[in-house]
Amino acid sequence: MSRQFNMRSLILSTGTTIILPLLLLFSLFLLLRGHNEPGGGFIGGLVAAAAIALKLFADDYPSAKALLRVHPLQLVGIGLALAALSSLPSLLVGDNFFTAQWWTLPLPIFGELKLSTPLIFDIGVFLGVIGTVLTVIFTLVEAEH
Amino acid sequence: MDMSVLIALPVIIPLIIGALSLVALNNHGVQRILGVLGTAAVLVAAIVLLWQTWLNGIKVLEVGSWPAPFGIVLVSDLLGAIMVLLAAITGFATAVYSLKTVRKRFERFGYYPLLHLLLAGVNGAFLTGDIFNLYVWFEVLLVASFALLIQGGERAQMEGAIKYVTLNLLSSALFLTAIGLLYGLVGSLNMADIAVRLQQVEDPKMVTLVAMLFLIAFSIKAAAFPLFFWLPASYHTPQVAVSAVFAGLLTKVGVYALYRVFTLMFTGEVDFTHQILLWMAVFTMLTGVLGAASQYEVRRILSFHIISQIGYMMLGLALFTPLALIGGVFYIMHHIIVKANLFFVAGMMYRLGGSFELKQLGGLYKKHPGLALLFMIPAFSLAGVPPLSGFFAKFILIKAGVEAQAWWAVAIALFVGLFTLFSMIKIWNEAFWKKAPEPAIEVPAPYRNTALYWTTGLLAAMTVAIGIFAQPIYVLAETAAQQLLEPQRYIEAVLGGAK
Amino acid sequence: MTTMMAILIGCLYAAAIYMMLRRSMVKLLIGLILLSNAANLLIFTVAGLERGVPPLIAKGAETVVGGSADPLAQALILTAIVIGFGVLAFAVVLLHRAYEVIRTDDMNEMKGTD
Repeated sequence: MSRQFNMRSLILSTGTTIILPLLLLFSLFLLLRGHNEPGGGFIGGLVAAAAIALKLFADDYPSAKALLRVHPLQLVGIGLALAALSSLPSLLVGDNFFTAQWWTLPLPIFGELKLSTPLIFDIGVFLGVIGTVLTVIFTLVEAEH
Repeated sequence: MDMSVLIALPVIIPLIIGALSLVALNNHGVQRILGVLGTAAVLVAAIVLLWQTWLNGIKVLEVGSWPAPFGIVLVSDLLGAIMVLLAAITGFATAVYSLKTVRKRFERFGYYPLLHLLLAGVNGAFLTGDIFNLYVWFEVLLVASFALLIQGGERAQMEGAIKYVTLNLLSSALFLTAIGLLYGLVGSLNMADIAVRLQQVEDPKMVTLVAMLFLIAFSIKAAAFPLFFWLPASYHTPQVAVSAVFAGLLTKVGVYALYRVFTLMFTGEVDFTHQILLWMAVFTMLTGVLGAASQYEVRRILSFHIISQIGYMMLGLALFTPLALIGGVFYIMHHIIVKANLFFVAGMMYRLGGSFELKQLGGLYKKHPGLALLFMIPAFSLAGVPPLSGFFAKFILIKAGVEAQAWWAVAIALFVGLFTLFSMIKIWNEAFWKKAPEPAIEVPAPYRNTALYWTTGLLAAMTVAIGIFAQPIYVLAETAAQQLLEPQRYIEAVLGGAK
Repeated sequence: MTTMMAILIGCLYAAAIYMMLRRSMVKLLIGLILLSNAANLLIFTVAGLERGVPPLIAKGAETVVGGSADPLAQALILTAIVIGFGVLAFAVVLLHRAYEVIRTDDMNEMKGTD
């Protein structure tokens, strides 16, 4: 099963179970801080995709696929749709196409939460990157089988 | 909200529809419905856009409200709007044609999402007013076309795809290099702004150098002589619907880009640059038609004819007179519809006759007279037989050539027209007229071909209509050519909004 | 520094074209990778090599003070790298599948469609 990787080791497998959630959390962290500081959807997506690729190396293809739940191409579709749809709210307000919109939500304890269409776009990029990278990797793995 | 959002619709609709079809990856029924509805929506948007551009002049959309020349602008001048409409027609026809011809196997590998992505890239390239954005749209449509090209995974497809991918990536790298050098020269990416700043560059030789890099990059994409080898190696390998959309649109994006940069930006040394274009145009016409003469596979013949037709379009740009540009724009309009249609007909010949090889075909006229008629209209239009669309397109160009006293180009254009007719008659004789060869090839069980007849019939009707209503179409092409010859209007429309 | 970068970029282009002229598919791919990197470096260099501050406008000021790097060129490169990454990933998959179908790495064997 895992002959083609020749890297199945207990250490990697155990380490992955610990590192994987951290990596995914870190990718979300990168995604959310991306507007004003280094980070963003692209880099966050790469980290998340790397995390799932790590699962693939540590365990096997089916478990990595199960972790993702949907087909990576569907992830690309959702991401692309989000990114494209984020251009539309500006029209409702009467601004030019694709103009960034910001909404401020007051939260009781944390102060205020700023939401925006660039964030939606970035989430779209995030999902799109995960989907694209994993499509490529999964295609190559399937070719090996 | 003003109507400027209209410019974004031909790009954003295919993107959203493509994304939704990706989400519905395993539901082919939904994908088909989305395909037809989405391309129909783009068609409506394209018609309204052309109508608005015709009434109100060049329209500009500053994406994200970032003013030009700093942000990305989408610009719809008449040439751009015409190209978008043609792309929309081709896209809609392809979506309908695909309903009956695209096999389940391909649908599973994302045929429809890729088609939408391709159309989004094509429309984006036609509408953008930013040179780097043009590069991005080129890449979008290239990636989609790569994936469409290898669907099926046969040996010929792989070989064709490697050549196609390599040469197109080389072209993209040259394009990027040219953008880099241009940015170093003028420090802007907005095409209107570049046009203004190029006039102030001290060393015109540098400008011409960059122009030549653009010329090479776009000529590879347009399959012009001597950089066309990837086209006949790859265009006949995928399924017919894909071939048709490639034949109709992809090389024309390269031609459009040539028209755009060599009318807007690089008009400083017309004697030099357009002379090179003229020679390229002449040789492109000639090699294409001679290549076709030696082929006996329908799709290969048609592929070589794409090349020779590209030569005519480049001729219009190269002569660079008002009449020549009118002819060029007219030719593009006629060509996209006719070429896509011929590939659709070739697909039907395969379904009804069982082969693409002329030697194995025969007797189609007796069995399917309707198909014979549907072949004759675009085929004779391609060759330039009056009163079909191709006649007027060729007539305007040749008249322009005579006026410009480019006798060699005129002679070769006439000769190529004659040879095109020869090629089309060759297909007619072999596939339709001669008796079916013995033993007859097995044709798979009869299909219901109504949708296919409707698609090709509609496009054939358009060819006839362009011929009959040549006068209004000429006026449209004339206005588009005027806008090309007076880049000042484009520049004012883009940069005027910033003040 | 600019001269050195120019020479480096020239070498990269030359190496890329040389690799693309080889008969092996893998070397062709390496050529494409070099080519896209060379183009990116070219944009980086023509935009001006500034050893300076990031182009951020300080609070209260109207413009950037002192020499600063050109952010637009870097944005272009970033976009071009991402696109190049996607396209090359596709090319790798394509070559892999092509090898499985054609069973050869030699471009001279691929004459079936000419």
